Amino acid sequence: MNTTRRRTRGTMAAVLVAGAALALAACGGSSSSTSPSASSAAGLKILIGSSGDTETTAVKDAVQAWSTTSGVAAQVVVASDLSQELSQGFASGQPADVFYTGADSFAGYAKNGSLLAYGDKLSTKDDFYPSLVEQFSYDGQFYCAPKDFSTLALVINTDDWAAAGLTEADIPTTWDQLAAVAAKLTTDGRTGLVFGGEYARLGAFMAQAGGGLISADGSKATADAAANVTALDYVKTQLTAGSFAYASTVGAGWGGEAFGKNLAAMTIEGNWITGGLSADYPDVKYTVVELPAGPAGKGTLQFTNCWGIAADSAQQDSAISLVEYLTSTDQQLAFSKAFGVMPSVESAAAGYKQQFPALSAFVDSATFAQNVVNVPGASDVISDFNSQLEGLATGDPAAILGSVQTNLKDVIDNQ
Amino acid sequence: MRIAAFGASAGRRRRSVERRPLAGWAFVSPVVVLLGVFLVVPVAMALWVSFSDWNGRGSPLSSGVGFVGWKNYSDLLLGGGLATQNLGTALRNNVYYVMFVVPLQTGLSLFLAVLVNRRILRGRGFFRTAFYFPSVTSSVAITVLWLFLFSASGVVNAVLGWFGVTGPNWFSEPSGLVHLVLGALGVEQAPAVLAGHGLLGISWWQWLSGPSVAMTAFILMAVFTTSGTFMLLFLAALQQISGEIEEAALVDGASSWQRFRLVTVPMLRPTVLTVITLGTIGCWQVFDQIYTGTQGGPAKTTLTPAYLSYESAFGNQQWGRGAATAFLLFAIIVLLAGLQRFVLRERGVPRRRRFVAVGPAATTPRTPEVVPR
Repeated sequence: MNTTRRRTRGTMAAVLVAGAALALAACGGSSSSTSPSASSAAGLKILIGSSGDTETTAVKDAVQAWSTTSGVAAQVVVASDLSQELSQGFASGQPADVFYTGADSFAGYAKNGSLLAYGDKLSTKDDFYPSLVEQFSYDGQFYCAPKDFSTLALVINTDDWAAAGLTEADIPTTWDQLAAVAAKLTTDGRTGLVFGGEYARLGAFMAQAGGGLISADGSKATADAAANVTALDYVKTQLTAGSFAYASTVGAGWGGEAFGKNLAAMTIEGNWITGGLSADYPDVKYTVVELPAGPAGKGTLQFTNCWGIAADSAQQDSAISLVEYLTSTDQQLAFSKAFGVMPSVESAAAGYKQQFPALSAFVDSATFAQNVVNVPGASDVISDFNSQLEGLATGDPAAILGSVQTNLKDVIDNQ
Repeated sequence: MRIAAFGASAGRRRRSVERRPLAGWAFVSPVVVLLGVFLVVPVAMALWVSFSDWNGRGSPLSSGVGFVGWKNYSDLLLGGGLATQNLGTALRNNVYYVMFVVPLQTGLSLFLAVLVNRRILRGRGFFRTAFYFPSVTSSVAITVLWLFLFSASGVVNAVLGWFGVTGPNWFSEPSGLVHLVLGALGVEQAPAVLAGHGLLGISWWQWLSGPSVAMTAFILMAVFTTSGTFMLLFLAALQQISGEIEEAALVDGASSWQRFRLVTVPMLRPTVLTVITLGTIGCWQVFDQIYTGTQGGPAKTTLTPAYLSYESAFGNQQWGRGAATAFLLFAIIVLLAGLQRFVLRERGVPRRRRFVAVGPAATTPRTPEVVPR
């Protein structure tokens, strides 16, 4: 009886140990133990978060072309939830070799050591817009090559514009003019200017007022600066007057939808709006102009992604050579042609304007564009800011910015 | 092995008994291994992560990961910063979600079960299937459907329009129901007592907001999708109640409402407990709808602890905090389930009588109540 019990316990222990071993093996262990992964035999793995079939095909074709010349096999995988799949890869120690990395999540990955800081190894690194290089720098190191970028500009419905008796001379270049034309364009069932009620749109007004959520070097929170209060006060006044509105208020998912359905005569969006309009609302005629200047001059926000390379990748040299190919002037112009993105290198700006003369305002805005906040852990603060901005029409701008200041300062101090 | 041989001699039987544990373990080992790999080990690792400063790179068990004690928990519960506010907001939202969904779904599913249990109902099979249908449909599909139904120019608002009601822009309306009612009564600003004090980073006034209009749409959806499943549980329990009991009550002169309230419902007590417990657990774990539908918006009024946990980990790379949120949620669910078991435990009728009156007269029930058994 005694022996049986002991044997039973032994079996149980064996089962548990086997289970634990299996589980631990499944978790990958540290990167040093099993670094040369199966993926190295299969070539480079490229993980992208695609906007649709055109983008996927364009990226696949470009990677294929590079593969043929370089002789390195490469496989493009489309993620359905990019940040989740990236996190899984980093945790397992076997991430994709090359992947899209958003500006907002970049710093988090750089901080925990998942990203390879390869920016300075690129032969073309001086060709990138300096502000984009700054966006993808962490602790003074240029981490990853900007893939492409977009800026915000003012999109105007030309039919509504003409119907309201406005001419080209009336295109707003100041806040007062913007408020005046928005009021003029507001009719029953249509609002003058509609945009998403979030930092990624209202931040442009803050930039025009000379403000911003963090100082230029990212070391200080400046959310409660007077310039930001001025910007939100301006927007609040117009929201209350009814000549501005948020997309959600007029029952649209985003500014482009409100604009396409003619719930808005003007909107503030990036160059992605052209794809959405031509697909869903092909009959809408519009023109794109730079955002009007605020008290401190011109300003807008820019959004960008970079080609991240994993620190755990076994083929970093091939990966860098692939990224150099993908960010070359010609290849970026090919991407622009295929799915409308704006090249991240200055040498391609002229080519882009030639391809899309009507969209020059987006490229021209790059000279005065402000980066979005990329402090690690700040995305909570931004989503909290967004949720407070939804109530701006009835809220107190100074109080909103005050709470953002507290939260942002916490995040920066805890770095 | 002849373990299963019948009529074996005493000696052989003893030997087979002795050998049984080993064979038993061999048979259950696949399940033990599977549960270990997919349940025990991940839960244990998550628990470790909630006490660590793991940053998402490499294994949480590697040497570079440090133990930080209760830091993640204290940041959430006592920090007073954004983490605490988010947790407080998420708990507030989910408390209202549970408070509305659980009673509504329990009531509705019992009602539906009683309806389709009637023998005289024509097309019972059809109705049983129809009511159960939303439960077998993917919650993602239903969420997408709901987003269309409750959009500003959607079907629901169109129907409300027939009655002259201008429907809200459901999924982008952050105002709480209680605040709306108070607003209609003229209370626009928070009384200083409620605005000045609070719990978990949000003021009492915010705690008392009620579910937002957006959350209300999710509440309606949860009731719609889950009532079918629980109807099935109630239906099974109703069919266990024999007709004789009903007949006995009828002979005692109980009206149909009395029969339902005093005979049927008490006999369903174990099922009610199951339904409420499962409903509460399901409600606290609400995630898919939020992930597909609103991502916590508008103004964080549909943020739930489960979504918050996901968001802190995958969105914000704060894995320890995400895991700690998940374990706080676990603690809440376990506590509530225990509380429900305690409140709805079987209480013997005689003992209750003894409490009511002492003395020989207490042995005969004087109340006109119809007592089962």
